[in-house]
Parts: sequence; C-alpha cells; structure tokens
Amino acid sequence: MAFAQLRDTIEELDRERGTAGNHAFYLSIPPRFFPDVIAQLKEHGLAEERIGSWRRVVVEKPFGHDLKSAQELNAIVSEVFPPEAVFRIDHYLGKETVQNILALRFANQLFEPIWNANYVDHVQITMAEDIGIGGRAGYYDGIGAARDVIQNHLLQLMALVAMEEPTSFDAYSLRIEKQKILRSVELPSRLDLHTARGQYVAGWAGGEKVKGFLQEEDIPKDSRTETYAAIKLGIDTRRWAGVPFYLRHGKRLGRRVTEVAVVFKKAPHLPFTETATEELGQNALVIRVQPDEGVTVRFGSKVPGTAMEIRDVNMDFAYGGAFVESSPEAYERLILDVLLGDPPLFPQHEEVELSWQILDPIIAYWGNHGEPEPYPAGTWGPKSACDMLARDGRVWRRP
Amino acid sequence: MSTELSNTNASEIGHALLAARRKAGSPSMGMVLTLVVVTDERDHYDALKVAHAVSREHPSRILGVIRRSPRGAANVDAEIRIGEGGGSGESVLLRLSGEVANHAESVVLPLLLPDSPVVAWWPTKPPDDPAADPLGALAQRRITDTVTNPRSKIPALVTQCRNYTPGNTDLSWTRLTPWRALLAAALDQYPARIRGGRVTAERANPSADLLAAWLSDRLHVPVERATSKGPGITDVALFTGGGEIEINRPDGRLASFSVPNASDRPVALKRRDTAELLAEELRRLDPDDIYEATVQAVCRLSDADGNARPPKRDTKKPTKKSGERGSGSASKSVKKPAAAAKATSGRASS
Repeated sequence: MAFAQLRDTIEELDRERGTAGNHAFYLSIPPRFFPDVIAQLKEHGLAEERIGSWRRVVVEKPFGHDLKSAQELNAIVSEVFPPEAVFRIDHYLGKETVQNILALRFANQLFEPIWNANYVDHVQITMAEDIGIGGRAGYYDGIGAARDVIQNHLLQLMALVAMEEPTSFDAYSLRIEKQKILRSVELPSRLDLHTARGQYVAGWAGGEKVKGFLQEEDIPKDSRTETYAAIKLGIDTRRWAGVPFYLRHGKRLGRRVTEVAVVFKKAPHLPFTETATEELGQNALVIRVQPDEGVTVRFGSKVPGTAMEIRDVNMDFAYGGAFVESSPEAYERLILDVLLGDPPLFPQHEEVELSWQILDPIIAYWGNHGEPEPYPAGTWGPKSACDMLARDGRVWRRP
Repeated sequence: MSTELSNTNASEIGHALLAARRKAGSPSMGMVLTLVVVTDERDHYDALKVAHAVSREHPSRILGVIRRSPRGAANVDAEIRIGEGGGSGESVLLRLSGEVANHAESVVLPLLLPDSPVVAWWPTKPPDDPAADPLGALAQRRITDTVTNPRSKIPALVTQCRNYTPGNTDLSWTRLTPWRALLAAALDQYPARIRGGRVTAERANPSADLLAAWLSDRLHVPVERATSKGPGITDVALFTGGGEIEINRPDGRLASFSVPNASDRPVALKRRDTAELLAEELRRLDPDDIYEATVQAVCRLSDADGNARPPKRDTKKPTKKSGERGSGSASKSVKKPAAAAKATSGRASS
C-alpha cells in the first residue's frame, strides 16, 4: 500500500519536476527491515532501471554487525541493485578534510618522502564524543563502540592514511588501494594486551552531572556493551613495517573530536644538553577532522630567553573561514555524490567485509573475556587503554 | 571580542571559542600552553591582567576558574575573550557555583589545548597540596605564591615543601633568581671557602627562608636568618676567612655588592612584579631540580628546629578544603595541621 503510494508520488514528481525517472532511495532503516523493503521496492518496479535513467540506493551504517551478517545484507541488496548503484554512506568520509588527506598526501612533495616506517613512529586515530548514547539505547546495546565506529569510520580513515598512491583518482583505483591496506592488516598476537575497552560510569563531564551507561534508559543493568574501544593494528607492508596504528573511539570522553595523528620518530641525534630538550616531544602531523577542521604540525622550537630551551609548538591551519565561506556540509556533499553517481569515497562491499574480518576476532575475544572496564564520564577512557600504550612505551595524545 | 555564556557547559564554551576565533578571521595564534588560573571573585581582575601580560611572551589559552559557594544548583558561567586586553591567545573566565564548584576539573579538562603543556597557577590562597588538587592534577607545572597566604607564611611554606611533588614551584623561589645569580657570580669572582652565612629580611618572608635553605644545602654550612624592616630581603652575607661577601639592598631596588679586597659596586636588584616572575617560570616546564633540593633542605631544617610539622598529604581532604578556599569561604586548613602535627610527625620524618 505504502509502496504503491510511493510509486505514485515518484511518478508524479517525474511528470511535474522533470526528474525523468532518476531515483535514489535512501534507506535510513534498521538492518532487519532490509529484506522486506528491498523486496517491496522490487515488487513495485521501483528498482528497475529504464534506459536513460538510473536507480540508486543509499544504505546507512551499520553495514551488518559481523562478517556473516554483512555478507547476508549484501546478498539481499545486490539481488535487486547492481554494485555500482549501492552507496554505503559514512558521513565522515564526505568531510572536506578527509578528502584533504588525499590532497595533503598526494599533492605535496613535503610529506610523502617521510610517510613511512623510516620516519613514522606510530599513528593514532581518535574519534571521541562527549555525549552519551542518548536516545540510541535500542540500537547501541549489543553493538558497542568497536562495531559502531571503528569498523567503518576509523578503519576507513586508517586506510586513507596508510594506502599507497592510487594510479588515478577514480573510484576503482582508490578502492583497490584501500582494499590492499585492509587486506594487509595484522592483528596483535595478544589481544588481551593490545586492545582495551571500557564502559562509562556516572560522573561530571564538561561541568554537568551525567548518568553512567548502565543507568541510561533501556540499557539492561548487566549490559556488557563497550562504550570505549581501543585497538592496536599493524600493517604488513614495506611502508608500514613495525609501525603500530592505534585506533580508539569512545563516548562520554573529554571532548568531541576526530583526529588522525601521525607521530614521527625522535631525531636520531640532539646536539643540545639534556635539559635543553627535556620538554621536546616527538614531531607530529595532526589531521583534524572535526570539529575544527584543519591540519596541525607539531615541532620543537626555542623558548625566547637567554637559556637554550626547546619545547614543542604548533603550526596550525584551520579550514574554518580560511579560504571557503563554509565547507560543504558532509551530507550535502554525500548526496551530491550519490546524484552524480560518483562513488569514490563510498566503501564497496569488499571493504566492508574486509573491515569485519579485522574486527570479528577482537569482538569474539572480548565476548569471551570478562566485562569492559569502567571509566568515569568526562575523562579520556579506562586505565587499561593507557596501559596498552605504556606497554609499547607510548602515550595517547590529549586531543 | 568578548562573548558571555550563562548556565553553560564545556562543550558550548568550546564551540564559542571556535566561533570567536573564526569571527576574528582564524588568526594564527600558535598558543604554546594552557594556563589555568585558580582565583576568586576578589582577585580575578588582577590575576587575569597578569596572565594576559605573560601571554605576550608565552602565547597561551588562559582559563580563569572562580569556584563559588558549592551550595545551590550547579551552574557554569563563562566569559570568553579573544585578542583583548593586550594579551595574545584566548581567555575564558569560568564562574562555577553549586555542586560543580567541587568538580571544576570536569569543565577545565575539555578546554585544555591539545597536546600542549598545562600550567596551574594560584595567584593567591594556594592549596596545601597543589598536586592533589583536582585542577593541579591536570597540570604538569603547578605555581603557587606562599607570600599571598593570608595566614602565617612560614608554616605555609613548610607545608608547601612537605607536599612537594615534581612540577611544583613557588614564586617565592622565583623571586630569588637574581639573588642566586649574583651570589653564584660572587663565588666565581672570589672562590673562597665559605664558613657560614646570614640572610636578613622582613620577619615573615618565605623567600628569605628558601634562600637560607638553598645556601646551606649548596655550601654545607649553617646559614643564620636575621630580621629587618624590609622590604623583602635586605641583606645576604657569606662568611669567608678573608671577610664577608655581602649583598645589601635596603630599598628593594638598588643593592651594593661587596667582596673582600674589592671596592663596593652598585647592582640593580629591583623587586620584580608578578608578571615577570610568572613569565620566568613558564620558560621552563620541566620540574625544577634545584628547587626540589632546596625544598628538601627546608624540610630538614624545619625538622631540626622542631618546628610545627604539618601532616603530609591527607588523602582527599585537603583537596576539598582548597576548593572552598578558592571560592572565598574561610578556612583554617593552614593553621590546623600545626595542631595535628604531633600525631603524624613520625610519618612525616620517615
């Protein structure tokens, strides 16, 4: 009934607005309704492409909850829509700055020569939220931080940062490079030592008293869903041999921020006294994805004064207002790409499945080993996450 | 440019900072540190003025924190200023009342600059144990000023010394830098064996006690402490076999510097204002090793004198107290430890 009405409306729009049979369906629905909705679209002839017009479908994350369900989901969708007509939307990847990762890396001579294991010590990819789960209890419980964010956003960001230069900027070449990275990801041998997860408990966050995860509405009191997840990954290529990638995501953390930090090795020799460089850290290039889009380079500089004292300073580039009036908002840009049929930044099902292959063993391990560690809301996550980096002699940046 | 937010939270303040920066045309500020100024309604104007002056040498994000009465409904008000008051960088003045006054760190943490060092400064009314204070715990350097302690200054100094944690410094120590430089230079010029020394200053002057402790610690000699009318330290003498090395500064501005077998020389030794002292402290953000040694000497000397011994860190309690003091309510926390000292003296000296 509803689909018949949808069909009528679309046909009416075709006549009145001249959309000429070009339709995109945006499926903002829970995955369990997919089979029905897709079948209905097909039954009412809404998915049929006619010559000279197109039919596309937009699918929102999550793309399944593990490898198996992702494959099932893909089977259902691909039964009706061809692969090039399926757009898996991930609003982070529409952001100006993430596209700028490609520009930063491949349009410049400055960075590419040092973008490898000879110079890079490690990479930290952080997506932190200061809010709790809010009204998403039904969705979030049983999904958790790793499935919700690491599987899609963070692994995609990692692939963009780590991939080789594509032979061209078209969808196919880009996808090939991203898939190569995802395929060469190496899990740590000891998942207990190199992953961490947590669950926020009541506390003061940003000046407000907030509930713990287990006190949120509709969350079972014994939920083991993690609201914080951190993992260490290796990439088994010559470029990244021995360079760990640390990915973390959490809710109710210090502040809302998404950043990729490429942390460089220390200078091999420092011709200064030890006290002069006591406060000198490692150089870093930070790609700020949000909220303050831009790039920061962190390097050592002499403190003004008579003494020789070197400390870290920042060199900042902020997109906000720098040369654009306002960066095209993520969804606008994504929908434009859908309408243009230009999917370079949308993951195809191979990427989605590769991502699940990375995450499935970690989630299975967590499922069999105890509960997430509590962390107070408004802090930067559980202690086990700090320990995880301390074991490698590193620390999480304060983003 | 100034923005005021009332009944707000850290996330809104963060947005407002970003908006204000964009409005100003995203100027490149290159801020190198976050300076948390823990102050109160009465002193915040002067304190932030000093902080702004200092930010010309050390571009920083200044977070002024006023903890008001912890009673009543929790409320956060913020005043955001960018590129004003002659300072360089950003400044936020936070007024916290109600329960949130006891959780100031939850508002401050999200506003810290990424990666950059954090310095906490108590312009007045320092907590007994700055490192145990929740705001102090966020910082790698904690700067207090014992001179501003409205109660007895010397027990306050001893308390600070007992609770020393690497990263702490007191501006009474910073005030000594020119004195120390001059005294060290004197020994370069006249390298004699020192038999003893004397520091003369106003009666309650923490700097004088620190200087005496430093001299006795470095030279392994007894150093007397004499009293004068001030201002500040008026005279420092080192005794050698050939006479005295002496720096005499009766007026707080010009000193006369004398070593044996040479004529006296006038030396500018002006008492410096807080902005200069703070700027000097911010040049070094690693723990001050010499200060640490001096602090230990102060503790040793105070033990030997059998002075009142304030207890070592008292788990969480001093933290709360310092919060109340920050908001201006009366507190006896400085005096009280003296009474409780005997009970814990065994632990303190061990």
